[in-house]
Amino acid sequence: MADPGAADRLAPAGRPDEIRAIPVRRPGRWVAAALILLLAASLIHSVATNKQLEWHVVGQFLFDHRILSGVFMTLELTVSAMAMGVILGVVLAVMRLSPNPLVSGTSWLYIWFFRATPVLVQLLFWYNIAAIYPSISLGIPFVGVEFVHGSANTVVTTYVAALLGLGLNEGAYMAEIVRAGIISVGEGQTDAALSLGLSRLQIMRTIVLPQAMRVIIPPTGNETISMLKTSSLASVITLTELLLASENIYAVNFKPIQLLIVASIWYAAMTSVLYVGQYYLERYYARGATRELALTPLQRIRSGLFSLERHEWS
Amino acid sequence: MVMTWPMVKAEGVHKRFGRLEVLKGITLELQAGEVMCLLGPSGSGKSTFLRCINHLEKINAGRLSVDGELVGYRQVGEKLHELREGEVARKRAEIGMVFQHFNLFGHMTALENVTCAPIRVKKEPRERARARASELLGRVGLADKLEAYPAQLSGGQQQRVAIARALAMEPKLMLFDEPTSALDPELVGDVLEAMRQLARAGMTMLVVTHEMGFAREAADTVVFMDEGVVVEAGRPADVLASPRQERTRAFLSKVL
Repeated sequence: MADPGAADRLAPAGRPDEIRAIPVRRPGRWVAAALILLLAASLIHSVATNKQLEWHVVGQFLFDHRILSGVFMTLELTVSAMAMGVILGVVLAVMRLSPNPLVSGTSWLYIWFFRATPVLVQLLFWYNIAAIYPSISLGIPFVGVEFVHGSANTVVTTYVAALLGLGLNEGAYMAEIVRAGIISVGEGQTDAALSLGLSRLQIMRTIVLPQAMRVIIPPTGNETISMLKTSSLASVITLTELLLASENIYAVNFKPIQLLIVASIWYAAMTSVLYVGQYYLERYYARGATRELALTPLQRIRSGLFSLERHEWS
Repeated sequence: MVMTWPMVKAEGVHKRFGRLEVLKGITLELQAGEVMCLLGPSGSGKSTFLRCINHLEKINAGRLSVDGELVGYRQVGEKLHELREGEVARKRAEIGMVFQHFNLFGHMTALENVTCAPIRVKKEPRERARARASELLGRVGLADKLEAYPAQLSGGQQQRVAIARALAMEPKLMLFDEPTSALDPELVGDVLEAMRQLARAGMTMLVVTHEMGFAREAADTVVFMDEGVVVEAGRPADVLASPRQERTRAFLSKVL
């Protein structure tokens, strides 16, 4: 016969008491916190009370129209160079994975060349392109058909030189990022899409790339943030972006530190905006990959507020 | 009398991966409207053969045809011409395939998975594709999961979405590559039920499986493969109950 008490033993009567244990003491944390606070306080004190820093000069130039137009130039250059980099990167990555050895070899060579030379050298190269190619034309080679023709100095302006230097270089780095993303999508996805009769191009566009985005976006955000700051190299070839705008001012008023602080504040502000953009972009491409999306900080605050309100009413 | 014709016809099909010969001359015929189960130990070439039928793999020798047309080639006189990618894709669209690991498109909902190919390949109007897709998903018992992403579904549910996705192209032949091998035991039943329904509706099916119960009751023919050759083929009652070959007997004694 079965043990009549067995069921009772498996399901204990009543709910056991909640655990209320005394937490482990962590004196190390308090010591570390005190040290960090002390260091921070002394740093803030020295920065705030240092008369040489002349914070009012920073304030005076923070929204100066020359600085603002430098900010816009930096943004414009960053966005266009990144756009060029992303488009080139996708094309190069798809070429690199092509079964045709000539196509994949060309892509390999391009990536090697641009990663093997410093971007500052490339910028200077494009800036001086007129020295080796005084005139530039767009047409069909060897048959004498030309669509566009001009002297190199009018076609390759300072801005175009900066765009080519940064964008072509970025393409090589983006190609590696996109390639890693494409490889990360399992072969089963391609098999399934092929078996449904989709073409190679359709599969790349609608099945593989959208899923590769999850892997591509974080490093691309990183590249964009990096580009924002690398664009300051264009100051060397006399493009008046944020850094050169600041330099031009301190060349006259001899306040380099204050103007470099102004530039840094703007770079940091723009970078912070990119952080937010990257967060939402990553979230968008995470759909389907996780069972449930985490709440955004805004949603969390809002739901927190609502739950507080409900609490008060009840 | 019902007219019947061979939907799949294989004659001496060989397939090599590098120096490894996976298929060493497969000859078999699947009649339209019939269900054939491919049995055999893993590594015997069953899945490879299935992938050859819709040209996911190229065969190295022999002849393989679906519905009277060669797979992947066109014969002009004595010579074989490779088909263009577009032509291969058009033929693949007429053959449904269900994979061991489902291979649902992770960034699309169940409904989008099913409407994807009809909209993009058949250029079906969006609304009609959606209506047919929800009807198909309803038929496999997923009417309430239309907007779910694959990651939110159980394995059994994902596999049923995969079946609906293949059926949405209105295929004349369905290939199943171990459709229940990756499922938890209690989820296998729903998938097999969906397949039985399909078999009853008269779909021509080629199923690689280890589900002997399914093979016994749903198959018209079972084929036992080992080491790249067909060892034995016949009606399930004969092959499963009284196998003539020693290798078949040895395999069945392990799985039954």
